[in-house]
Amino acid sequence: MSAGTRKIDVIVTDVVPVNELVKRFHFQRTDGQLLPTFSGGAHVVVEMRDDDRTRLNPYSLMSSPLDTRDYTISVRRDDTGRGGSLFMHQRVNPGMRMVISSPVNLFSLDLRARKHLMIAGGIGITPFMAQTSQLAGDAGNFELHYTCRTETLATYADVLKGRYGRRIHLYRDDQGERLPLEQLLASQPLGTHLYICGPAGMIEWVRRTAAEAGWPDDTVHFEHFAAPQPGKPFDVTLAISGKQIRVSEQQSLLEAIEAAGIDPPYLCRGGVCGQCETKVISYDGNFLHNDHWLSEEEHQSGRKIMPCVSRFEGKSLVLER
Amino acid sequence: MTAKTILSRPVYGTLSPQPGRNHLFVADAEGAAAILDMAKATPEGFFADAHIMFVPDDTGTNYVEAVKSLQPARFYQGPTIAAALPRLRQTLATAHMGLRIYLAGSEGLIGQAMQAAMEAGFDPSSIQTEHRGSLARRVQCVHCKGITENVTTQPVTCSHCGLLLLVRDHYSRRLAAFQGVCINAEDPTESPQAEEIFR
Repeated sequence: MSAGTRKIDVIVTDVVPVNELVKRFHFQRTDGQLLPTFSGGAHVVVEMRDDDRTRLNPYSLMSSPLDTRDYTISVRRDDTGRGGSLFMHQRVNPGMRMVISSPVNLFSLDLRARKHLMIAGGIGITPFMAQTSQLAGDAGNFELHYTCRTETLATYADVLKGRYGRRIHLYRDDQGERLPLEQLLASQPLGTHLYICGPAGMIEWVRRTAAEAGWPDDTVHFEHFAAPQPGKPFDVTLAISGKQIRVSEQQSLLEAIEAAGIDPPYLCRGGVCGQCETKVISYDGNFLHNDHWLSEEEHQSGRKIMPCVSRFEGKSLVLER
Repeated sequence: MTAKTILSRPVYGTLSPQPGRNHLFVADAEGAAAILDMAKATPEGFFADAHIMFVPDDTGTNYVEAVKSLQPARFYQGPTIAAALPRLRQTLATAHMGLRIYLAGSEGLIGQAMQAAMEAGFDPSSIQTEHRGSLARRVQCVHCKGITENVTTQPVTCSHCGLLLLVRDHYSRRLAAFQGVCINAEDPTESPQAEEIFR
């Protein structure tokens, strides 16, 4: 059960290859009505019915929040992931009916800011597509710094440059271009808020550099969906429902719990929102924590797990579920 | 220490050094002692990037030399809070992210400096504060909107319209003032004895 969100029946109206790794998907409601209002930075959870299994993956909305006739998402193909992005790339075609969740925003703009400084890495550009549209509509003050591997993988850099010109700064790894982070952070006017979306390493680097430079925590916003990692299969006992389940190699613990007919709360399915936090009753083995929600002490304590992204290796695990 | 009575009543902490590029201290009177206490625990060279603005008020020359001996990059001594505020606003107008703000002393000083910082884009939660010395309040009369400074009694006569005001704990960050409400509206001849409670 997704906490507080409704399901929406949609039809895929267009699938657009953007470059060698990224495809864009357009959704409209099957009943022809407008989709729910959302704010820049929101994501939807897309249900992928793949024969015998259902995957639920979160994707940032990248279309303008000012236009809710359709929602668009961009999906980067991950050939070594658990198959969600491959399903989207290979099996989803125009005309197909799908189910998505209502939008949820865990990466919203702080509109009290005098200026919005955005830092994107790779496919982390997608929430900024919506945020920049939202801000541009209100004549908001923003600047986007975008790092990518190569010019051809700079997804939507051309679109953004066309829309916003000199407010967009591009750094291409293969050209030896580097984001001058320290100078950038030192030259921002008071009241600037910082937003980061990209690979975990980049988020860590920017957050650490900002903290050392004296940026208060409240002014630093980041989003990192840790896609669930595949791993060795493991067995779990669900104490409340009295069920024994096996989490397969390509399944997340949350998906295995859902497959057993139990409906735990969730929101982001990416280890950041905290909704699916589950108590551990007993265990014999090691946790593989992959979330950004629990504290280091909670990870060490062996009392809690985030089943959307974290796994387990060992003899036994009993959860309060 | 101030106790929290209602949600808007400010609660102050103890100054502690924050990571940052520049440090701006604004203090009045006994607030200097809070800076000197914090300086005992600061890393070497901390004040080399600091700017201290100090209004000695009734402490005269007691703290001036001790504060100067911290060797801040800039030191300003002002005759009154009102005289120091335009200078503070000017400093904030050209400042960058990475500046940290520390406010110490009377509630009036902390409130008005915080008001200037908020206008410059600071979030109050990122500002270090420490209350020292006088409990005197800045009070806005809700009837005529005039502000009476250095209120130490309950009730107090509004220095603008002359109404007798009950000084509430209800505080406005926007105005940097407590709320004063007429205490004898029904019967103006009733006149409760003023007691000095905000010394």
